[in-house]
Amino acid sequence: MVSLTEYLIVAALLFGLGIAGIILNRKNIIVLLMSIELILLSVNTNFIAFSYFLNNFVGQVFVFFVLTVAASEAAIGLAILVVLYRKRKSIEVQELDALKG
Amino acid sequence: MMNVENPLLYIALMIALLPLAGALIAGLLGKNLGRPLINTIVVSLVGISFLLSCYLFKVIVINGHPTVDDSLYTWATAGVLRFDVAFLIDRLSATMCMIVLFISLMVHIYTIGYMADDPGYMRFFSYVSLFTFSMLILVLADNFLLLFFGWEGVGLVSYLLIGFWFNRETANFGSLKAFIVNRLGDIGFLLATAAVLMFFGTLSYHDVFQQAPNAVNKMISIFPGHEVPVITAICLLLFIGAMGKSAQVPLHVWLPESMEGPTPISALIHAATMVTAGIYMVARMSPLFEYSPAALSIILVIGGTTAFFMGLVAIVQYDIKRVIAYSTISQLGYMAVALGASAYDAAIFHLITHAFFKALLFLCAGSVIIALHHEQDMRKMGGLAQYMPVTYLTFAIGALALCAIPPFSGFYSKDLIIDAVKMSNMPGAGYAYACVLAGAFITPVYTFRALFMTFHTKERVNPKLRGHVHESPWVVLVPLLLLAIPSVVSGQIMVHPMIFSHTTLLGDSIFVLPEHNVLSQLSGEYHGPNMMALEAGKTLSFWLAIAGIFTAWLFTAGVPAWSEFLKNRFKWIYAVLVRKYGFDDFNQIVFVHGTQEAGHAFYDVSDVKLIDGICVNGSGRLIRWFAQVGRLLQTGYIYHYALAMVLGIVVFLAWYVWGL
Repeated sequence: MVSLTEYLIVAALLFGLGIAGIILNRKNIIVLLMSIELILLSVNTNFIAFSYFLNNFVGQVFVFFVLTVAASEAAIGLAILVVLYRKRKSIEVQELDALKG
Repeated sequence: MMNVENPLLYIALMIALLPLAGALIAGLLGKNLGRPLINTIVVSLVGISFLLSCYLFKVIVINGHPTVDDSLYTWATAGVLRFDVAFLIDRLSATMCMIVLFISLMVHIYTIGYMADDPGYMRFFSYVSLFTFSMLILVLADNFLLLFFGWEGVGLVSYLLIGFWFNRETANFGSLKAFIVNRLGDIGFLLATAAVLMFFGTLSYHDVFQQAPNAVNKMISIFPGHEVPVITAICLLLFIGAMGKSAQVPLHVWLPESMEGPTPISALIHAATMVTAGIYMVARMSPLFEYSPAALSIILVIGGTTAFFMGLVAIVQYDIKRVIAYSTISQLGYMAVALGASAYDAAIFHLITHAFFKALLFLCAGSVIIALHHEQDMRKMGGLAQYMPVTYLTFAIGALALCAIPPFSGFYSKDLIIDAVKMSNMPGAGYAYACVLAGAFITPVYTFRALFMTFHTKERVNPKLRGHVHESPWVVLVPLLLLAIPSVVSGQIMVHPMIFSHTTLLGDSIFVLPEHNVLSQLSGEYHGPNMMALEAGKTLSFWLAIAGIFTAWLFTAGVPAWSEFLKNRFKWIYAVLVRKYGFDDFNQIVFVHGTQEAGHAFYDVSDVKLIDGICVNGSGRLIRWFAQVGRLLQTGYIYHYALAMVLGIVVFLAWYVWGL
């Protein structure tokens, strides 16, 4: 029987990977989007694990919400990405510094 | 609030307002009406005013009408305080009004001739009339505030008139100097007014004077732990005001400088009327000053110093107007000495005679100056007596009166002052007596030096003018003659009513404590004006005056080489006198340059460095620096922001978990 702790460890690893992906990634915006997906997945994993071990199904309902949001986010994100590429001919994160002070 | 019953008040109002009307007409309509019409209007307005003042004099002084003291208009009320435009018409103010208007009328007439070819003709008339108005208000005022109005009014017009020829730099300098030095005195006056308001709760003379005897023991602490009687403080502050106006040492420095103005002004303002305002004011405040022996002693000392030392300066001057200006300062010193000795009547007496003969001297000097086309240096005059007999004669009369030669008017007033100081037992009276006695010798020396240098000795006139020097026109000569008459006779006529009659001319306008009353002690030796003149031979001052005239003759006309010899022998005394004891240098270095330096220092430190550098630009620079540092944080890279977020979360978590 897999214990709650192990689920949480997996989720934390996923979350850490997602964060690391956002911070360390300098090249590709697609990787950025994927990292965000990874973070969301880790959250989902946490929700499901807690839902199972606490016998509370609200957690699983939330997972559906998160999945929906993640899907639409990916759609919008990819659309923006396409526009961005058309505009700047590049999707390198390092070049996206229009906010620089 | 015109609720006045007494017609005399309206007459006084008319007396004051007619010159104002003249000033307005000349100032505003002058260009349209043309010169002949304007001078007719202005002179006749002042003339009417003079006639009215004669009537006032007759009613108040000769018929003995009781004092009129009433309000014409309440300017403001603040709580219990009332600020009234109110006139006090008593023997003193009626007499002063008449004198002021007489001199003013003479000067107005003289101006027609003197300023004939000046482009500022109208402006000049306007100012002179405005001056007359201010002076009359000063004289007629029945409270400190209205007195202050007149006081400032004459100061303003004096400033305007000294700087009349405003394209001359010296004139501008002189007018500024006069204005600033007068302001110094005015601070004293204003503080005195404030003190009066504080301690007596009223500004009306009558109420203040009534309370004065009860306030003798009141004390005021000026510095902590250092108390002086209130009345002494008020009197000293008032006298500071008088020092500014009446050119007493050390606030006399502006008067010689005021000679940059046109000569009629020097006669009217800086000899006869405005500069005597301080003397008039102290005499008017006699009920206050009588209760402050300390103030009287200080007046004695300052007056004595002024009378003697400023006379000495006159000896080394070459500008004819400056000689007379220093003589005016010296004579004002005599008046101050008389005030200090509680001989207020004698002070006013000398004020009146001095007004006549000093205005005369100035107008004569003016007559000489226009004859020589605005040459004032006595070294370029000489031998003018043959060309200008009337001017010469009147100048000689003025000089004799100034030197107190009997029976000219100056003799009576000055002799009385000298005798009064001799009688006085105030502290400082001994010093003042020595000063005025020495002054009696100095006065003829400088006066007759000027007379001899101008009218006798050999001609040193500019060769271009030779043969063109001639007597002035009648508009100039008539005032000279009209002033010469009172310069001769006024002393003789007035000495009895002024000083020795049972009820004196000034009567109850002047208040003297019995123990100070030196003039009444003199009356024992008085046997009528003619005897007084004859007995002059027994007095020291008369022989000093004769000696002075002789000395002046010796050194200018007799043996001129001797004066050169003395000049070289006593070089440093001469240098001190030429530098006027260094008052001007001191003021120039300490006050003018000191103020400038302080201004520069303040500008550099507080304005440039503190306000501009630190506050204004500094705050801007600080924000700029802050922003420059702050913008380094804004890289624009998402991963940096993400890292910041993560780090933030870590920090918050750590804080939450371990409570750091």
